[in-house]
Amino acid sequence: MNAPKILVEDLSIRFGEAEILHEVSLAVGRGEFLTVIGPNGAGKSTLLRCLDGILVPSHGRVLIDDRPIAGFARRELARTVSYVPQPDAGPLDYSVRSFVEMGRFPHISAWAALTEDDAKAVDGAMDLTEVAELADRSMSSLSGGERQRASIAAALAQGGSVLLLDEPTSFLDYRHQVQILDLLDRLHDESGMTIVAVTHDLNSTVASSNSVLALKDGRVAATGKPAELLDTDALAAIYDAEFRLIEGGHRGLPLVLPARNGS
Amino acid sequence: MKTPLRLAVLGGLAALTLAIVPLVGRQALPFSVLLDFGGSDPAAIIFWQIRVPRALAAFVGGAGLALGGAVFQAIFRNPLATPYTLGVASGASLGVALASRFGLSIVVVGLSTTSAAAFAGALVAVGVVWVLTRLRPELSSTTLLLAGVAMNFFFSSVILFAQYTASLGDSYRIIRWLMGGLGGVDMSTVFHMTPVVALGAVVIIWHARSLDLLATGSEIAASRGVAVAPTRTVLFLATSVMVGGVVAACGPVGFVGMMAPHICRLLVGSSHRALLPASVLFGGAFLVLCDTAARLVLFPAELPVGVITAFLGAPFFLWLLVRQVGSASSRL
Repeated sequence: MNAPKILVEDLSIRFGEAEILHEVSLAVGRGEFLTVIGPNGAGKSTLLRCLDGILVPSHGRVLIDDRPIAGFARRELARTVSYVPQPDAGPLDYSVRSFVEMGRFPHISAWAALTEDDAKAVDGAMDLTEVAELADRSMSSLSGGERQRASIAAALAQGGSVLLLDEPTSFLDYRHQVQILDLLDRLHDESGMTIVAVTHDLNSTVASSNSVLALKDGRVAATGKPAELLDTDALAAIYDAEFRLIEGGHRGLPLVLPARNGS
Repeated sequence: MKTPLRLAVLGGLAALTLAIVPLVGRQALPFSVLLDFGGSDPAAIIFWQIRVPRALAAFVGGAGLALGGAVFQAIFRNPLATPYTLGVASGASLGVALASRFGLSIVVVGLSTTSAAAFAGALVAVGVVWVLTRLRPELSSTTLLLAGVAMNFFFSSVILFAQYTASLGDSYRIIRWLMGGLGGVDMSTVFHMTPVVALGAVVIIWHARSLDLLATGSEIAASRGVAVAPTRTVLFLATSVMVGGVVAACGPVGFVGMMAPHICRLLVGSSHRALLPASVLFGGAFLVLCDTAARLVLFPAELPVGVITAFLGAPFFLWLLVRQVGSASSRL
């Protein structure tokens, strides 16, 4: 069996007195699409930041291609792993094209101009995410969905084989949600990209993934295939809430609805 | 107009400013002074020993302050950040206030007491930032910004104390220095300040692409491959030492450092590979022009240049902002 693309061993992280993640272990295979679910404050985004080396765990380690990421130089890691954080509504005074071009940072030296390969990677990423027509617009002038697509384009322009996304379909209208999910499908089906996405979207994002990791209070609460976790008992244990399942979801999976007032 | 062309025009205008300004003054100078370098003719002395060093010092100082402002606005992601945000100017002012109050006489490598005290004070402020970043490398930019604000208040209170307990003459000297001015500069000031500013500028401009990413936020910057904490520390130190050198020579001249990067963003965009050179050219030329106005307006007396920078710069800045807002609203 091939070594997993991402391996997390006994990862714990503390901020002051608070332990955000406690002995989390997981393995993500090459080309696998893993979704991370769980209630607010479960440590999902923290886990994602640890996978990209933005946060350094207090205990345990993360390995990419069998190599601990602590041994990667920052630029070297950026050539393998790219990260799309939660959408930030702050001002961003760059054109979409300039922003996507910044994705090539780990490939170019301080003052070198972009090469033909860099331009190709940028154009390809902008085409895939359908932001080419927004190239000259300021990032600050974009809608939430457009900005999210430009952020994914910049991460793809990095040219890595691992893509980490924090709530990739938040703030997107239905057409663009579908577009991003189709894009993620293509990236792992056709390009063999390994994807880890944190999400609250059980019906679309989780249903599109190959496997699911559920976190609760900083610990792994459950792992399995989407079909195993999209289950009323499993979800109730993860979220401390009741759910109803109805037929007709993506890939033959049930649709999940939170139950209100026992309905 | 394309950005490289805009930069070239800005460079041409800056060179023209530097070339013409030393010829301008109440004492009209013939063009022949240009060829009389080292001459003993009064016109040649005024030109080569007074006006040229002063114009060069103003250019180097303005360039350093504008670069410093551009760096801090990017790192702190705050349009109100200035090169003085981390307390360099108030540290320098404290040095000068204490030297005046206690009648210290320090001469280090040809620097006057005031310049040496100012640079020492600036270095103390830089040292505090360095210690903070060493002790807690994970400190966010916002926390450092607040630390800078706290340091500014602390230094200001000690300056006020020194001033309050000083004699009237010393107190006036402190206030006059706080307004900034290039009245006393000569060629040795230029020789002292230029290497410090040039070194800072090289370090900063080398990090232009990293600054683009830091301006988008530290998480994105880290994910794209910027080693955020060490890069930030290098930029803080390079900028602060550079600005300390400028303040030691020119006093804490205000407004240039905050305004110049904003005007340059409107001219050449936000990419730091264009913004930083533009800030050097614009900030330098702007301070040269302001200093020319400072020495002419109340001739034979001189206005502190800090008065002029804000007086000329603020209305121009407001006009640019209003013009920009006008064009943006038409697209709504």
